[in-house]
Amino acid sequence: MRVRTLAVALLAGGLALTACGKEGTPGGSTPAPTQQVATDVKVDGSETFKKIQARGKVVIGVKEDQPGLGYKDPTSGKYSGFDVEIAKLVAAKLGYGDDKIEYKAIASAGREQALINGDVDYYVGTYTINDKRKQQVSFAGPYFTAGQDLLVKKTDNSITGPETLKGKKVCSVTGSTPIQKVKNEGLTEASNIVELQNYSQCVQQLEQGAVDAVTTDDAILKGYAAQQPDVFKVVGKPFSKEPYGIGLAKDDKALRDKVNDILEEAITGGQWESIYNATLGKSGSPATKPVLERY
Amino acid sequence: MDVLLDNLDLYGPGFLNTIELFLIAAAGSLVLGTILAMLRVSPVPIFRAAGTLYVTILRNTPLTLVFFFFAFAFPLLKIVDAADFGGSAAAYYFTFALVSLTLYTSAFVCEVVRSGINTVPVGQAEASRALGLTFGQMLGSIVLPQATRAVVPPMMSTMIALLKNTTIAAGFSVFQSGSISLNLSERGENQLIGLLWVALFFIILVIPMTLLQRSLEKRWSIAR
Amino acid sequence: MSASVLFDIPGPKARMRYRLYAAIGIAVLVAGIGFVVYRFAASGQFDAAKWEWLQYKNVQTTLLDALWNTVRAFLVGAVLAMVFGAIFAAGQLSDHKVVRVPAMAVVELFRAVPLVVLIFIFHYGIGLGAPFYSVVAGLTLYNGSVLAEVFRAGVLSLPRGQSEAAYAVGMRKTQVMTLVLLPQAVRAMMPAIISQLVVLLKDSALGFLITYEELLYQARYLGGIFEFGRPLVPITIVVAAIYIAMCLLLTWFANYLEKRNRRSKKVLELEAKPAEDVVAAAV
Repeated sequence: MRVRTLAVALLAGGLALTACGKEGTPGGSTPAPTQQVATDVKVDGSETFKKIQARGKVVIGVKEDQPGLGYKDPTSGKYSGFDVEIAKLVAAKLGYGDDKIEYKAIASAGREQALINGDVDYYVGTYTINDKRKQQVSFAGPYFTAGQDLLVKKTDNSITGPETLKGKKVCSVTGSTPIQKVKNEGLTEASNIVELQNYSQCVQQLEQGAVDAVTTDDAILKGYAAQQPDVFKVVGKPFSKEPYGIGLAKDDKALRDKVNDILEEAITGGQWESIYNATLGKSGSPATKPVLERY
Repeated sequence: MDVLLDNLDLYGPGFLNTIELFLIAAAGSLVLGTILAMLRVSPVPIFRAAGTLYVTILRNTPLTLVFFFFAFAFPLLKIVDAADFGGSAAAYYFTFALVSLTLYTSAFVCEVVRSGINTVPVGQAEASRALGLTFGQMLGSIVLPQATRAVVPPMMSTMIALLKNTTIAAGFSVFQSGSISLNLSERGENQLIGLLWVALFFIILVIPMTLLQRSLEKRWSIAR
Repeated sequence: MSASVLFDIPGPKARMRYRLYAAIGIAVLVAGIGFVVYRFAASGQFDAAKWEWLQYKNVQTTLLDALWNTVRAFLVGAVLAMVFGAIFAAGQLSDHKVVRVPAMAVVELFRAVPLVVLIFIFHYGIGLGAPFYSVVAGLTLYNGSVLAEVFRAGVLSLPRGQSEAAYAVGMRKTQVMTLVLLPQAVRAMMPAIISQLVVLLKDSALGFLITYEELLYQARYLGGIFEFGRPLVPITIVVAAIYIAMCLLLTWFANYLEKRNRRSKKVLELEAKPAEDVVAAAV
């Protein structure tokens, strides 16, 4: 008897909880530029594009936890950020508007597999082009040239580049490439290295003053700086080169050439800049246009 | 073998840190757990309630959440400052890990001690009082020796659990055996082999403890 | 208060002293809790803005999904761990050395390796695919081994007359084990089993280390969201409350079962239950 009462109470509580749900988002965000949807697009010889046409929509792999880059709003479920806008632009030029895009959040570790399996048509999410990955997938772009940089408090003028890190506490994700670089090059003392599970935890520790700098690709850091431009700044002296590409199925050269054409047009035609200004540009850091590397 | 030898700079400090975390947290939780057990059997109701509340909360919360609290929510209390640790971030997070492990494990230690004390029949204490023993004598020569028999085997289990739980600190900026594999993948080493070495390390530490526990259990169960 | 070994029933003087202690105790407790609440309030943790996230429908469904993921891993893990435990308990009790020794080795092995390392081995080492499988596999093997020990202790604690009688009526070894011994062992060991299940439920939280989207994973994610003011303290409180509620529910269920068992009198009175303490302590 008591069990049943409890179950009913729980159910009622659950219903009450969902019934009072609020829609929408807490803060208004500036809308990114809308793209004109192309019509009658042909990509001859592309298996992926054939699949897209048969399906009637594109499936894009993105990140969901990188503010300013690939970010899923927890209240509305909408995706936003630089990477997402680039993904939208490509989709529009392929003939698919916002309503015909399906986003799939895929974490770094699962990217190659998702492209190989064909779970996503293309992937846009802080995806560094390198030769090892080129053996499994192919890349269009780069659409952005990132580099390892430092995020610091806006008031902090003591950190001006990697050589000024000695004696400062530096945070990044456990075992990640950027923190290995800091370790290997001895940029700061071993006891000053903080390794947490994700970048937002590092940013939180930076805000609280438990660490002095967060290090990873400047694109990611700019995303956080864009959220709180009054609190953080990106130092702006990248000390590595991370060209971000759009991940595609290997051997789909037709689609790769098409996406490269789209990107080239966007970079020279000013659309790239307006996307940057609406997203990462809010951090106050200037943009450097990427140079395409076709292969 | 290559994975172990090539990365001794990871394995060495990793294993040492695990043992260090374990030893300090074990000592801390034994002391705190015994104090808590004293609270839980004390004749003052409010002490008992406080002890029960502590044990209920800590025992039913995942250890990861305790870590989470100390790494991210606790600093907001502003009881300690990051600067108090000699400017060393490693010491700062190591301390948090120690506190989390100690507080969590002490709840289990408390329960073990308490149930150990409860296994001693009330008649034993009554008889010793009747003989005119003081409180200290009664505790030292009658109650505790008997309680120890019931306490030590499960206490070994608690300590084994603590040893294994130290790996959870991997996610909270404490370098120990749990974080070795995360660093190995960046070096392009075979993760499976790297992890198997870590597993072997724990097996080597835990199996003797288990065997000791079993033999103690067997010997004392006959004696009773 | 029930009579304790350590303390005499208090006389009038002692009662006065206890009242004084109680007053001091309450003061210390209130001061401590008050301080924490004050500091959190001072740093704005109880501001409406920091709790606003809880009102959004999408956040609620996300949390419910995460809760379901936790419960799902728990349920599948619990069932598999019970099966694993029963099989290996029987194996450990086997008369054949060929079966007994490997079974014991397996149980000891999985009891010795930390769950985090087990989960890492499955996820990063072997690559089982979706994190769910690695979490469940880890939970099953570790808790299954502990449960095997519990079942074994339960069977050993049964009076020998039970198996002797079963053999006497002509049952086979397998029948004796499955029809007579294991069912009774499970009943006798119910409290220990449930407390191990509480451990399993809590350990499912480790899934967040390999991006299994359970409760703690979402807590970490929501707690880091700037738009909500990084509500780490509120989310910790909410998630801790959910975990404690779930675990207490399980424990309460265990007590309920135990009480019902005692009433039904089908369970045998056992003299010593050493395994119960062992398991209660094994986290």
